[in-house]
Amino acid sequence: MSKARPTSGFLDRLRPRSGNLLYWQAALVLGFFLFWHVMTVPGIIPPVYFDDAGKAAFFFGEPLKVFGRVWDWFVGGAIYEHLWVTLVETALAFAIGTVLGLAMGLWLALNPIASALFDPYIKALNSMPRVILAPIFGVWFGLDIASKVALGVTLVFFIVFFNVYQGVREVSPTVLANARILGASRKQLLRHVYVPSAMSWVFASLHNSVGLAFVGAVVGEYLGSSRGVGYLILQAEGTFDINTVFAGILVLTAFALVLDLLVTVVEKRLMVWQPRQGETERI
Amino acid sequence: MPTAASALTLENITVAFASQGGTRYVAVKDTTLVVAPGEFVSVVGPTGCGKSTLLNIAAGLMEPSAGAVRVFGEPLEGVNTKAGYLFQSEALMPWRTALRNVTAGLEFRGVDEAEATRMANDWLARVGLSGHGHRFPHQLSGGMRKRVALAQTLILDPQIILMDEPFSALDVQTRQLMENELLELWSADRKSVVFITHDLEEAISLSDRVVVLSAGPETKPIGEYAIDLPRPRDVAEIRLTPRFVELYTQIWRSMKEEVLKGYVQSQAH
Repeated sequence: MSKARPTSGFLDRLRPRSGNLLYWQAALVLGFFLFWHVMTVPGIIPPVYFDDAGKAAFFFGEPLKVFGRVWDWFVGGAIYEHLWVTLVETALAFAIGTVLGLAMGLWLALNPIASALFDPYIKALNSMPRVILAPIFGVWFGLDIASKVALGVTLVFFIVFFNVYQGVREVSPTVLANARILGASRKQLLRHVYVPSAMSWVFASLHNSVGLAFVGAVVGEYLGSSRGVGYLILQAEGTFDINTVFAGILVLTAFALVLDLLVTVVEKRLMVWQPRQGETERI
Repeated sequence: MPTAASALTLENITVAFASQGGTRYVAVKDTTLVVAPGEFVSVVGPTGCGKSTLLNIAAGLMEPSAGAVRVFGEPLEGVNTKAGYLFQSEALMPWRTALRNVTAGLEFRGVDEAEATRMANDWLARVGLSGHGHRFPHQLSGGMRKRVALAQTLILDPQIILMDEPFSALDVQTRQLMENELLELWSADRKSVVFITHDLEEAISLSDRVVVLSAGPETKPIGEYAIDLPRPRDVAEIRLTPRFVELYTQIWRSMKEEVLKGYVQSQAH
């Protein structure tokens, strides 16, 4: 297309390509908020769907008020306590789920009989929609952070478990044989071959498991809590304060992005030994 | 050759695998191989003839269906701790640096870390990799990875070195370099070597003795040839000598039929 019209230089330069992708991405976000603003703020355009000019704002909120709410939260400092609680829940769910998944994955992968015995139950537990456990956890562990952590753990556990299981099963037989010839005992094989190999799979699923720990925390809060960002959203919903609901969603999204970025940094640090595409250097 | 004095003895080894449908696949049948201390023996044979199986038996990674393995006269139980093994495919731990790969065996044996590091640096220098110890396997070329593997094996001072086509993945130039280095390291401190290859030239240029295996299944040795070429050798130059050509022609004549057999079988599968 661009070759067919080589003369229209200005428009060609505006076309999305790797060089101006960032500007395009910013423009898309701006466009989205602009559209939201125009469609919801009463009086900008005549009501197209609702019979009343104020109804669009009632159902969809107004971006300026949403931003105002976010601003108030961060400047006024009301949000930090809730963010902290959500973060602690996420971190605990992630840590506990990972340790349990690692231990269980290693154990079952190295014990074919145990693996065969538990196989149907693990499949059953994994296919169960775990969100339904949230009310039960609420009863068992109370409305404080423990019940949220428990929900997050059930989500993280299976991701890590299946990855570790796979990781152990896919240890290169040559690397294993080599370690044995080099004199590794069973315990040393576990520590120096199985665990590192499994860890590479765990790290590969890190984005997934951190994301799910976060989901567990927020969903848990949403279903019953006294603190946390999920709690803020729940409270706002109770009073039909749609702007605050959207503000909460906005904060959660930004927070999830930050977590994901953090995971990427950690991944790069810990997985130096793994070749990344195009990064293999030979001398 | 008296068995008691040998470094490695495979006595009437038979290896059978149960395959699907209840049939039995006999990979190796009634094979005897004796390796003297300090002797460099190459085992050649067509592809798929069970060469690697034989080596895994010698390493104690696999148990024979029948027959016995003796290491310096003692029956072998479990993994052969007197042996080092150079694998055909990548065997380095990818999550360890070159240096930590070389120290691995010492670490498993409980050698103190500082001492292990000192020895490993020494060995890395000996295989021409000083200054590359901090690199991970994926940051090294194929030839360099083989050198690391060589250092990893030799640092433990094994009395028997088992090699399974260790250089087959390398290009011809790198391969000849590595072969020369191997010969140099070996002649400095003579260990028993069992070198598996399908490359007859490589076998002759490296060894004291070449054992030819028949095509599988039911592989067994069909010929043994003493290689009386003078040492030290340069693997590239020795191939041009008349005695080499003579030996090559002689051994190839006995191998040719088996290679063809092996080829026909591999086509049939």
